[in-house]
Amino acid sequence: MSGCACGNSGPQYPELEEILARYAGQRGALIPVLQEVQAAYGYIFEDAIVRIAEALGIPATSVYGVATFYAQFHLKPRGRHVVRVCQGTACHVRGAAKILAAVEKELGIKPGETTEDLRFTIEPVACLGCCGLAPVMMVNDDTHGRLTPDKVAEILAAYE
Amino acid sequence: MQLFRAHVLVCGGTGCTSGGSQEIRARLEREIQANNLENEVKLVITGCHGLCEMGPLVIVYPEGTMYTHVQPDDAAEIVSEHLLKGRIVQRLLYKEPMTEEQVPHYGDLPFYKKQHRVVLSNCGYINPEVLEEYIARDGYAALAKCLGEMTPEEVIEEVKKSGLRGRGGAGFPTGLKWSFCRNAPGEPKYVVCNADEGDPGAFMDRSVLEGDPHRLIEGMLIGAYAIGASEGYIYCRAEYPLAVKRLKLAMKQAEEAGLLGDNILGTDFSFHLHLKEGAGAFVCGEETALMASIMGERGMPRPRPPFPANSGLWGKPTNINNVETWANIPDIIRRGGEWFASMGTEKSKGTKVFALTGKVQNTGLVEVPMGITLREIIFEIGGGVPNGKKFKAVQIGGPSGGCLPESQLDLSVDYESLTAAGAIVGSGGLVVMDEDTCIVDVARFFLSFTRAESCGKCTPCREGIKRMLEVLDRIANGEGKMEDLELLERTALVIKNTALCGLGQTAPNPILSTLRYFRDEYVAHIQDKKCPAGVCTNLLTYSIQPELCRGCTACAKVCPVGAISGEIKKPHVIDTEKCIKCGACMEKCRFGAITLG
Ligand SMILES: Cc1cc2nc3c(=O)[nH]c(=O)nc-3n(C[C@H](O)[C@H](O)[C@H](O)COP(=O)(O)O)c2cc1C
Ligand code: FES
Repeated sequence: MSGCACGNSGPQYPELEEILARYAGQRGALIPVLQEVQAAYGYIFEDAIVRIAEALGIPATSVYGVATFYAQFHLKPRGRHVVRVCQGTACHVRGAAKILAAVEKELGIKPGETTEDLRFTIEPVACLGCCGLAPVMMVNDDTHGRLTPDKVAEILAAYE
Repeated sequence: MQLFRAHVLVCGGTGCTSGGSQEIRARLEREIQANNLENEVKLVITGCHGLCEMGPLVIVYPEGTMYTHVQPDDAAEIVSEHLLKGRIVQRLLYKEPMTEEQVPHYGDLPFYKKQHRVVLSNCGYINPEVLEEYIARDGYAALAKCLGEMTPEEVIEEVKKSGLRGRGGAGFPTGLKWSFCRNAPGEPKYVVCNADEGDPGAFMDRSVLEGDPHRLIEGMLIGAYAIGASEGYIYCRAEYPLAVKRLKLAMKQAEEAGLLGDNILGTDFSFHLHLKEGAGAFVCGEETALMASIMGERGMPRPRPPFPANSGLWGKPTNINNVETWANIPDIIRRGGEWFASMGTEKSKGTKVFALTGKVQNTGLVEVPMGITLREIIFEIGGGVPNGKKFKAVQIGGPSGGCLPESQLDLSVDYESLTAAGAIVGSGGLVVMDEDTCIVDVARFFLSFTRAESCGKCTPCREGIKRMLEVLDRIANGEGKMEDLELLERTALVIKNTALCGLGQTAPNPILSTLRYFRDEYVAHIQDKKCPAGVCTNLLTYSIQPELCRGCTACAKVCPVGAISGEIKKPHVIDTEKCIKCGACMEKCRFGAITLG
């Protein structure tokens, strides 16, 4: 562990250190640590992988392996708003593909990509668990149900 | 305790919340205060009532009046009419889709009449964020009974007597599983709740987690006591933020009340419960992968044996059950195993919660006794297929399940019958499909799902599913050959027999069942190069019916590739070479002039 080169003392990533301190000595801490790091920084950056490995006493390759296994973790910065368009069964039979197409068209990006201004990321998911409202998408933690392609633009416009 | 003359229940489930139920609650609260009713009327925000299709829902007791599709602006009328003057607001009542008849009472709705609610008995009635409300409905009485009057062996005996089988998919007898773990050597022992609910089209566990979290905690406590476990984990998928929040709150309340932690209810039984959030991998619902994930590793399944009962978390004896399995336990202990066994069929006891979705009138959660027929669920409870369309198939059990046709609808819903018919009870997703659903497309849909979610550890699943998907893509694009059907069947059987875990072993089911019941539709794609349902875009062309087209130009404006041309007020035409078959024009046309064929 080192301070940064800017001359200030103290750790370079204080939030990361705070998270690691809270999980010190706990078993099975890797996934919760990654979840918290991602919540704090928006994504899992390279220095974090190295530092987490060091703190938990496991190889950096294992941290990388876990971070890339789960769909939830991202190694690149993501948009301020994550649009999760449900591609589950119930939504599929009620026209989810058209909703996804409308979102793609509106934002000009493909699923998994982020807009250049870091405003939106599209993430297809399989079932958001509110199939009664199919087709469904979530923007951050808000659920929008009973969608039609023409509602998409208006919904997205509300997220700055 | 303060007595209220009326209770107003506002559904706070995910469906109704997205429809604005928080705003409705706030407006109701303001109106109640404005009319000085706060000492007479109690406002409660509850878990899901199941009838998500009709949400947001507001229910007024003691009458049991159910208001559907409530909007914030309706709050004033509900308060001034119903609560002040005792007059029901007719226009907000549920209307029977066939007869247009209004149904004022909750219990009289066809949707609820045939249901038998055990696991969901509190969902929609109590405020899930208040421990006392659970206790008022006999909550934690079963735990007290176990700790006070029953030995762990007696608890296991009672669960065995009930005939309860795991609700997570495989249907393994729960009592037997518990006894394996109890008898396995090793300390400490763990109990785990599988709340990963990854099957697309399934949300029953979510409802329990959000609507009645203490029921799950009580079930796990009883299991831990019976098995001799001192620690437990709930593994909840991260896509359920509300469930995570309510579970955390419930665990904190239980700890403060001495129901979790050391020396529970003053006995020497101690149990510590932890919550782990999943990280977005379907395969983590498989028990060995789930345990790997709890231990902070990549969630990859491993071969069994050893079973978790002998070597689970950190190599110790571990008992994993599904949310709904755990949620059945308190009632089994309180009302007895025999009571539970009196419901259902010979080999499948009790009730099961199904998530009824897709092309059906009343989508939502239904809890029914095992042994009910599919027809009763889909047509009586679900109200049948909307918009006068024809029923085609029902998909049961998610990506591991199968598609059943009309001819199988009188089948009894139980583990054995459904398996024999080529589907499974599985987690309980029922997705109804109508004549507009293409069976080849559905099979492709499930295979793309399992292909994406395969962890890649074993070859049959990693490579085999991919190959099958390529064949299906060919068929959907009109390039299939008749030999492909045989190839599909052969590959499916190899994967079924050789894959490492349940994901791969069951992934071919959607293909096998559709080939069994809907072979004609595959043949139509291959020989006639036609998609009868009009879904597989490469087999379709859009065209404009000149006699219906008014030349309004709406279609030409919406076409993203400029494939539509024509003069204003004259019939337009589509250039099929340019057309990318997005369907935008058809949606926009107000005159039904654009057809697909
Ligand atoms: C690919 C795969 C996914 C699974 N997903 C789930 C799930 O989301 N929830 C669940 O309870 N069981 C799931 N299971 C079943 C579990 O492995 C396990 O059988 C179950 O948790 C046991 O609990 P039960 O006996 O109470 O059913 C899954 C199995 C497989 C093979
Ligand atoms: S299938 Fe879309 S929410 Fe379940």
